[in-house]
Amino acid sequence: MTDAARPRLRRFLPVGVLVLLALLPLGFEQYKLYVASLTLVYLVMAIGLNLTLGYAGQISLAHGAFMAFGSYGVAILGQRGWPVEVGLAVGAIVAFACGILVGFPALKVKHHFLAMVTLGFNIMVFLVLRNWESLTGGSFGISGIARPRWGLFSFGSDRAYYVYMVGWATLVVGSAYWILTSRWGRAFRAIRENEMRAEALGVSLRNYKLMAFAIGAAYAGIGGALFAPLLGYIDPGAYTLDRSIQFLMMVVMGGLGRFAGPFLGAILVTVLPEVLRASEGLYLVIYALAVILMMLFMPKGLVGIWDWAAGRRDAGAQPPVPAPPGRLRTG
Amino acid sequence: MALLEVRDLTKHFFRLPALSAVSLSVEHGDLLGVIGPNGSGKTTLFNCVTGVLSPSAGQVRFKGENITGLSADLVHRRGIARTFQLIQLFPEMSVLENMLLAAQEREGTLLGRLFRREDGGAADRAMELLEYLGIAGLRDTFASNLSYGQQKLLDFGMALMSRPEVILLDEPLAGVNPTMIKSLVGHIQALNAEGHTFVVIEHNMEVVMSLCRRIVVLSQGERIAEGTPAEVADNPLVLDAYFGR
Amino acid sequence: MTDFLQLMVAGVSIGAIYAMVAIGFVLLWQTSNTINFAQGEFVVLPAFAMVLFWMTLRLPFALALLATVLVSTLLLGFGVRKLLVARLLQAGVLPLVIATIGLSLLIRYSLQQFWTPLALPFPALFPRAPLRLGAVVLAWEELLNVAFAGAVIGALQLFITRTKLGWAMQAVAQNRTLATVLGIDVGRLITITFVLNAALTAVAAILIAPVYLVKYDIGIGLGLKAFYAAIIGGFNQMRGALLGGLLVGIVETLSAAYVSGPFRDAAVLVILIAVLLWKPEGLWGAKEEWAS
Repeated sequence: MTDAARPRLRRFLPVGVLVLLALLPLGFEQYKLYVASLTLVYLVMAIGLNLTLGYAGQISLAHGAFMAFGSYGVAILGQRGWPVEVGLAVGAIVAFACGILVGFPALKVKHHFLAMVTLGFNIMVFLVLRNWESLTGGSFGISGIARPRWGLFSFGSDRAYYVYMVGWATLVVGSAYWILTSRWGRAFRAIRENEMRAEALGVSLRNYKLMAFAIGAAYAGIGGALFAPLLGYIDPGAYTLDRSIQFLMMVVMGGLGRFAGPFLGAILVTVLPEVLRASEGLYLVIYALAVILMMLFMPKGLVGIWDWAAGRRDAGAQPPVPAPPGRLRTG
Repeated sequence: MALLEVRDLTKHFFRLPALSAVSLSVEHGDLLGVIGPNGSGKTTLFNCVTGVLSPSAGQVRFKGENITGLSADLVHRRGIARTFQLIQLFPEMSVLENMLLAAQEREGTLLGRLFRREDGGAADRAMELLEYLGIAGLRDTFASNLSYGQQKLLDFGMALMSRPEVILLDEPLAGVNPTMIKSLVGHIQALNAEGHTFVVIEHNMEVVMSLCRRIVVLSQGERIAEGTPAEVADNPLVLDAYFGR
Repeated sequence: MTDFLQLMVAGVSIGAIYAMVAIGFVLLWQTSNTINFAQGEFVVLPAFAMVLFWMTLRLPFALALLATVLVSTLLLGFGVRKLLVARLLQAGVLPLVIATIGLSLLIRYSLQQFWTPLALPFPALFPRAPLRLGAVVLAWEELLNVAFAGAVIGALQLFITRTKLGWAMQAVAQNRTLATVLGIDVGRLITITFVLNAALTAVAAILIAPVYLVKYDIGIGLGLKAFYAAIIGGFNQMRGALLGGLLVGIVETLSAAYVSGPFRDAAVLVILIAVLLWKPEGLWGAKEEWAS
C-alpha cells in the first residue's frame, strides 16, 4: 500500500491509537491487565509474521517455534542467573539465525510446499523441546521464570511488567515501521506481488526472502521472550502447530500486508473471546462463527473497516487523469 | 568488442532443443530486431541472456564479462533490462512505486537500502520518465487499475528506470492499437538516437522492418538469417520458415 | 512373529480408515485448492449423526447409514461448498484456510455445547470374533474394516479412472484453466468433489467410531493424521494419500506396541520431517514441475 497518498493526519492516527492502547490498561484490574499484556505479546508476534507473510508473501507455519526460542531463552538463561534482557537477546538472535535457516527452503519452494516445510520445522523444534529434558524440562517445562529487574527496581508487579512490555513493543513497532517504509519494504512487496519481475529488476530474491524470514522470526522471538515472564512458566505445548495457526489467523483476520493488520488481529484474537465469555459455554461457538463470517465478508481482514472508517479510498478507485493532448491516450 | 555477445547458445527442455547454437552480437547503439515464427526460441533467447533460464551450453558475454548462468537480478545489475511478453507489473503498487522499485536495486548495497532513506533523485527521474511517456497523471494509481496500453507504457518505463545499457523488449507492441504503436516506436527511436541500445522481439513485420537497422531471424531454435531488413525480407530461408514448404 | 502379524493387520485396518479421510482431503485440494482444516470434524459430525439415527432413533442399520451419508453430503458437501467455498475461492487460499479453521471450531464446539461433551459409545459394526489361522489370531473386525474400506476406495478409484465424470475430475485437478476451456463445468465438479468427500468421511466415521468412541474433539487428532498422511504419501496423487494413510496407521500401531513413553507419537512426526526434507512431494507423490 502506498503511504504517499495518505494525508499526514491519518499517518498519526495509528500512533495516537497505539499510545491510547498502551496507557489504557494501566487502569485495569488484574485479569483485564493480563489480557492486555497477552495482546501486547501477540501483537509483537503478529508483526513478525505479517512481515514475513503479509509483506514478503512467504508463508510460514514456523512462528510458533520462533516464539519458543525467545521463551526458552529467557527461561533457561534465567535459571542460570542471567537477566531477562540477555535471554531476550539470545532468543531473538537464535530465532533470527533459524529464520535464515528456514528461509533457505523458501528460495526453492513456494506456497503449500513452503507451508509444509515450515510446519516440519515447527514440529521438529517441538519434539526437541519435549524430549531434551535436561535443558528444557521436557513436558513439564520450566517454572518460576522471574520478571526483569534493573538494579533495585523490579518489574515484578503486573503493572510494572506491562510498562516494560510496552517499551519493547514500541521498539518492535517502531523498527518494523522503519523497515517497511524503507526500500526493503518496497522490495518485500515487489516479491509478494510478482517475484519474477522483481528478480528481473535486480531484486535479490535470496537476500530479501532470507531477511523477511529472519526479521519476522526475530520479532516472534522477542514476543516469546516477553511471554515467558508474563506467565511465569512455560511448557512445550504452547509452541505447537496450533500456535502457528493462531498467529496465521491473527494476521489474516487483521489484514495481511497492512501495517495496522497485526494490531487489529491481536486485539481480535485476545479480546473477542473475553468479550464473548459472558455467554458461557457458547462463546467458542460464537467465536468460530465470527471467524467464518469475517472471512466471508471481509477476506482482506479488519483493515477493511479501518479503510472505510478513515474514508480512504484505494488509489486506483479514482479515475486516472488523462495525459495532455498531443501525447498518446490509452490503447 | 561487442556490447552484448551470445555464442553458440543452446537450451534443451528435456529433449526438446529450444535453442541450438545461436550466436549474435549487439553493438553499442544498435537497434536489433529478433524475428521468427512462434516457437522459434526468441523468448527463450531472452530468458537465457537475462538469467531467467540457465543455458544448456554456450556463452553470454556482456562488456567482455562472461555472465552465462548468472541469476536474473545479477544480470540486471550489470546493465541489461528487459520487458516480458505478458506484461509483468506489481499490481497492488502504484505506478510511481513500480517505477521506484525498478530503479532501486541497481546501485548501492543491501544494507544501504535499509539505512539511507532518500531515493537519490529516483522519484524525480521517475516523474520525468512518466511525463515523457504521458502517464504522469497516473502516478498514484495501482498498476492493476491501468488500461492495457497504460500498462505497456509503464512496463517500458520501468525497463528504462535503472539506466540500463541494453534494453531487451519482448513483443512490446503485442495487442496495442495503431496510434499507440506509433507512439511507442517513436519513443524507441528517440531513445536510440540518444544512445540507448535496443534488442526487440516483434511479430509486427511492418514495424520491425522500418524500425530496426539489423535483424536476426530464428526458426526452430536456430539462427537462419541475419542482415538488414531488405536482405532478410528477400531471404528464401526466411520466407520458408514463415510460410512453410 | 504372530504378534507382529496381528499388529500389522491392526495397523492396516486403522490405516485404511486414515487413508479414506486423507483421500478426501487430497481430492479437495486437487480440484479446488482447498486445504480443509475441518476434515477431522467432517468425520465427527457423521459419527454423531449415526449415533442419532442408529442408536437414539433405533432405525435399522442400512437406513441409519443412508440417513447419515445423506446428512453428511447435504451439510458438509453441498452446504459447505455453496455457503463457504463458492465465495471464498476468489478471495485466495489463506482466507479459505482460515474459514475452514473456523468451520472446524464451529462443528467441534457446537457438538460439545448442543449435544454432549461426553464420549458416546458406539457398537462394533462387525463381530468382534477372532479368526484363527494356525498360531495367528486375527480380529474379524479389523479384516472386515480393511475389506470395507478397500471396497470403497476401490469403487472410488474405478469412478475416477473409468467414468467420464472421473476423467473430468482428473482434468480439473491437473489443469483447471485447460479444463474450463475444454468445456468442463469446473464449478459443478468442485461440488461433486465436496459431496464425494462428505460421503468418504461418513463411511470413515462409522468404521472409526467403534475404535475411537464418538466425542466432539476426536476430530483434532484425526484431521491432523489425515494431513500428515497426505503429506507423507503425496499431496498430488490419490495413490499417495492411500499409501500415506496406511503407513501412518501401521507406524502408529507398531510404535504403540514396541515403543514406550514420549516417543510413541514421535515416530509419525519423525517420518513426516524426513519426508519434508528429502522428498517434499511425498513418498509416492509426483514431483510438481514449476513452469519456467
